[in-house]
Amino acid sequence: MKRIWAVFRKDLLVELRTKDTLNSMLFFGVVVLVVFNFAMESLRDSVRTAVPGVLWVAFAFSGTLGLNRMFASEKENGCLQGLLMIPVDRGIIYFGKMLAATVFMLIAEVIIFVCSLVFFNLTVWNEIPYLALVFLIGTLGFTAVGTLLSAIAVNTRLREVLLPLLLFPVILPVLVNAVEATGIILNGPDYGALRLPLTVMTVFTVVFGTVSYLLFEHVLED
Amino acid sequence: MTHKYRSRLDTALEIILVPGMGLALYMAFIVAPREASMGDLQRIFYFHVAAAIAGMTAFAVNFAASLMYVIRKNRWWDHAALAAAEAGVVFMVMVLITGPIWAKPAWFIWWTWSPRLTSSLVLCLLYVAYLLIRNYIGDPDRKALVSAVFGIIAFVDAPLVWFSIRWWRDHHPGPMLETGGLDPSMRPALYICMAVFQVLMFYLLRRRFRLEGMRDQVESLYRQADLAS
Repeated sequence: MKRIWAVFRKDLLVELRTKDTLNSMLFFGVVVLVVFNFAMESLRDSVRTAVPGVLWVAFAFSGTLGLNRMFASEKENGCLQGLLMIPVDRGIIYFGKMLAATVFMLIAEVIIFVCSLVFFNLTVWNEIPYLALVFLIGTLGFTAVGTLLSAIAVNTRLREVLLPLLLFPVILPVLVNAVEATGIILNGPDYGALRLPLTVMTVFTVVFGTVSYLLFEHVLED
Repeated sequence: MTHKYRSRLDTALEIILVPGMGLALYMAFIVAPREASMGDLQRIFYFHVAAAIAGMTAFAVNFAASLMYVIRKNRWWDHAALAAAEAGVVFMVMVLITGPIWAKPAWFIWWTWSPRLTSSLVLCLLYVAYLLIRNYIGDPDRKALVSAVFGIIAFVDAPLVWFSIRWWRDHHPGPMLETGGLDPSMRPALYICMAVFQVLMFYLLRRRFRLEGMRDQVESLYRQADLAS
């Protein structure tokens, strides 16, 4: 646990000092919202039904940016070797990285979400704890498999292009259910109906957390 | 390690396949009765279902071979996984083409985002992604390992995709064989198509496996020549 924390803390410190990744994630997420706003001109009256989809597309796109940087920055600075030389199980590195990716994504999500409240004129108050839960589980599922695929993509040519191609088909169950759950919360909350999508997302997260933990040692280049 | 270009088994498979395909066509178009409400349109069903099952089998082979590669690190398994993924994509594309051809006259739409259609499409995309990563990794051992990891992920993902959307409205006809919805007079045609498509899949898989073995051999010869010079 302490070791996971050390990897996590390192990523957090690097990010706090450069702010490269988080800035680009945030900015890109907001740009996606603006673009969707134009694309949804005709849906102006029923915007609440469209917002969950738009939100999660923005989250997924900005999350992909973050995941791309996760290992690319290590590689560019020649730090990947150092990271691999830490005398711990590779799975520890996976969890540390995943935790860092999750925190970055959650920060970006909160700000993108606040922007969407303004852009789409939404008022939420009582719904916030439920939304937070959906964002948390959805993001964990996203990063559980995203961290592994990011480590795969970083060692290929065209890595920035490849990650979304690998990630989006795999991540589909999380996206679909996150959109579903967010929609349930925003449109006439029937919190009982949340159970099914949340269960699927949790199962996905647990399954892919385990699979990725087991496979992670194979994907990093020695 | 040398590869024989073809073996006796390949010849045997060809001897089975050529008349087998003819028989499958004959069964599906002539022996099987005309469907009451859809007419001849329904006959595409025999190929659609047979291709779907052959594709799924190929993906299962890919999963098993990927798993074996991660455990054994023997290139043989990587070649098998690649061959299975390519064969699987070919059959899934066949499914995704025959589906809309049937759906347009039957449902009056080409496509709908129903669970079966969506998961077939996503499955196909997953394995196209599998084939894509292989193009972007130079080192053969890394390519094998990384794609094996992705092969495992893709196969684990498939049931999750299915479960995550299964409550969507489904227009797609249910599994006819289990529910007994398929008229007994249509069964021989379906079974023969299914069997022939499995043999075809196995044959394609073998040919592709051989080709990859030879390609691998050529590459390592090039590398040796580079080192020598």
